[in-house]
Amino acid sequence: MYHDKVKLENAFRVGGSFRSLPFLNMKIGGNLMRRTTLVLVCLMVATALAASVFAAPAKDQTLTMNLGVAEPETLDPAKSTGVAESTILLNLHEGLTRLDKDGNPAPGIAEKWDISKDGKTYTFHLRNAKWNNGDPITAQDFEWSWKRALAPETMAEYAYQLWYIKGAQAYTEGTGKAADVAVKAINDRTLQVELNAPTGYWLSLCAFPTLLPVHPKTVEANPDKWFMSPKTYISAGPFKMTEWKHNSQLVLEKNPLYWDAKNVKLNKVVITLIDSQITELTMFETGELDYGDNPPPAEFPRLQKEKKLAISPYLGCYYYLLNVNVKPLSDVRVRHALSMAIDRTTITQITAGGQKPATAYVPFGIPDLKSGTDFRTAGGAYLKETAQVAEAKKLLADAGYADGKGFPTLSILYNTNEMHKTIAEAIQEMWKKNLGINVTLTNQEWGVYLESRNTGDYSVARAGWIGDYVDPMTFLDMWVTGGGNNDTNWGSPKYDELIKTVMNSGVQAERVKAMHAAEDILMKEMPIIPIYFYTRPYLMKPWVKDMIRLVTGHIDLKYSYIEAH
Amino acid sequence: MARYLLRRFISMILAIWVVATLTFFIMKALPGGPFAREKALPPSILANIEERYHLNDPLLTQYADYMVRLVKWDLGPSFKQKGRDVNEIITDHFPVSAQLGLSAVFLSLLIGIPAGIISALRQNKWQDQLAMFLSVIGVSVPSFVMATLLMYVFALKLGWLPAAMWGELKHMVLPTISLAGFPMAFVARLTRSSMLEVLQQDYIRTAKSKGLSQRVIIYRHALKNSLIPVITYLGPLVAGILTGSFVVEKIFAIPGLGRYFVQSINNRDYTVIMGITFFDSLLLVGLNFLVDLAYTLVDPRIRLMDGRK
Repeated sequence: MYHDKVKLENAFRVGGSFRSLPFLNMKIGGNLMRRTTLVLVCLMVATALAASVFAAPAKDQTLTMNLGVAEPETLDPAKSTGVAESTILLNLHEGLTRLDKDGNPAPGIAEKWDISKDGKTYTFHLRNAKWNNGDPITAQDFEWSWKRALAPETMAEYAYQLWYIKGAQAYTEGTGKAADVAVKAINDRTLQVELNAPTGYWLSLCAFPTLLPVHPKTVEANPDKWFMSPKTYISAGPFKMTEWKHNSQLVLEKNPLYWDAKNVKLNKVVITLIDSQITELTMFETGELDYGDNPPPAEFPRLQKEKKLAISPYLGCYYYLLNVNVKPLSDVRVRHALSMAIDRTTITQITAGGQKPATAYVPFGIPDLKSGTDFRTAGGAYLKETAQVAEAKKLLADAGYADGKGFPTLSILYNTNEMHKTIAEAIQEMWKKNLGINVTLTNQEWGVYLESRNTGDYSVARAGWIGDYVDPMTFLDMWVTGGGNNDTNWGSPKYDELIKTVMNSGVQAERVKAMHAAEDILMKEMPIIPIYFYTRPYLMKPWVKDMIRLVTGHIDLKYSYIEAH
Repeated sequence: MARYLLRRFISMILAIWVVATLTFFIMKALPGGPFAREKALPPSILANIEERYHLNDPLLTQYADYMVRLVKWDLGPSFKQKGRDVNEIITDHFPVSAQLGLSAVFLSLLIGIPAGIISALRQNKWQDQLAMFLSVIGVSVPSFVMATLLMYVFALKLGWLPAAMWGELKHMVLPTISLAGFPMAFVARLTRSSMLEVLQQDYIRTAKSKGLSQRVIIYRHALKNSLIPVITYLGPLVAGILTGSFVVEKIFAIPGLGRYFVQSINNRDYTVIMGITFFDSLLLVGLNFLVDLAYTLVDPRIRLMDGRK
């Protein structure tokens, strides 16, 4: 001890450098110096400790969040369709793959996989994982679950997400047998799948809700209601269901039997089932919610100013459909004129949620051929962000409607919603001012509006499309001639051929080239007018960390945690 | 009496049958169905689903099937909430609406009747003016405005109560007040005008000249008669409030039946629409009948006749 004390004293007898420290304003040397240093050192240690406490995870790892639905329609993976349901399912379950924070498929229940040279056969090697009741997850479980999703008796609306598998579509449509569906469990831990064509995004689809595995014995025992009660909800994901009060709240807790449980930090997730946007915002502001997925658009300007609103990208496009069977819309020049007369920047100011004006149909956020590139960026901007009035006027005149004279009165159809109404009014105004044409507005209730679109009972209609998976095909394959989602009555044989090429090719370079060519045709023909690319505004308290927000709108809580606050 | 009851019973059944039939055909006439989606289903999948739910059968067959099941109280499965039957939905969510509704009715009577009595007794004095002023507000302000205002003040600004959700006593306060606003005001006004009229009657003057205290006059003699309009109002009020207020339930995220009902219409969830309509009409018809029976308790001059003198 004595030696230490001497060493300490000696340490400060340095030349003259410590002698004049005017800011310290005290005599240098000896005891005082030691005391000051001790205080400084203590301060440093205390700061470090405090910093580590504040950056440390909170004791109570409970996240209270609202997804904007009053009740999930179903939590049976095979039958689910909604985005909120998908988020819940992705956290309760684990598929062969799981999308990482960049949206790329990472190993899930499947540890590794082999892909045949022609890109059509996938062999998945499963790890030694367990259901949350202790049973091992086998390849047979996957085979059973996928065939169940395809079965006509299951009435799964998204069964078509599995139609990439050979024999699958025939089975769903009743013209084939379950045994002919090309998914087979070679043994307990090996699953082999044969596709109709090489499908680049097949591994991403394996993370999709419809392809999540279910526990066969449990589901067989109670096929219609097994998912309704925590007691029978057997799953294999990061969390398990512990409570479901219908229309009120859903509670998930960490699943200790999850294969990667060591990386799951949250202990509890309380999902409130509130569908009123104002109520969600109020509960967020009173501190009763940590996260809200559905804030009211009318409050966006105020929330942005108060820095309470966050924006994340969303793979979606807001656009207007043009019924090309209605007289002036059959002329491609008219369609372009209508598109050019819209000032997209003004529209994004109206929506006030950080949306970007659409420069074509496929949004940003999908990788192009080379890693680090973006399909939209590579495809370029087909549309301008501001109105091109002079060009629009000229095109309309060329089509025979100079200054809008003689142009029939069209109607913009939209489903009952404040924002759609405001946007439609703005565009009505723009077309009047820039082109001299009159349009009326038609507001219909959701079901009626869908029916009008399906039967072609409209001239211009508002629409929106969110991608199911991260590949341009989820946006481009809609517009094939007579496609179920193509309400425009437009078709192009060349377009159809390009789509076919993409579907059958295994060479990514060839696919990307064809997809760009297809979008090129779509933009030249303009049966739809893209207006803006969606964003997902949300409310989140600053202590919620590492929440993965995929561009498809799904939220992954596997790595999330609550910081001490 | 027995004949009256029989005739009444038959007319109740008739009324419910008419409601069920009208609802069925109007519902089916609406464009769109339970499986209309923006991401259209492939035609083969849609056809398969509609087939399995018998949605492609001839309309009259569907109607007949449905009526038979109604009588058996088998209300069918929900199209939208897969895995839930309509019977379950009603059993799970009606008690919540009922709890909220009955609390609101109780509150409105608790405050409305005394307020009306005091107003009548102090006619045109400040108590009357104040009560009538407040009742105009109560009658004019819609329940959702009341609800949002209460939430803003008591949950957001003062933090005394939770903003929404359901489960504990503290969750019931704001929704009950929001729902009770209109009935409370209405009951106050009804009681006041009715009481004023009764107080003019000869038998009240007789009682006064007999030297009875005001208390006895009011509570023993005047009150019962002045409550007749209130009881009349109570029947439809309770039926309406029990079936749930969609707006208040949505704002406070209360798992009640009203919210379910309106959502089912948007979803074209046929079985839920029919089931809840049927249940609601049973409630309304039943409560109206109880109101008629209550009359005889309140005013012995009213006797339930079968129409013939």
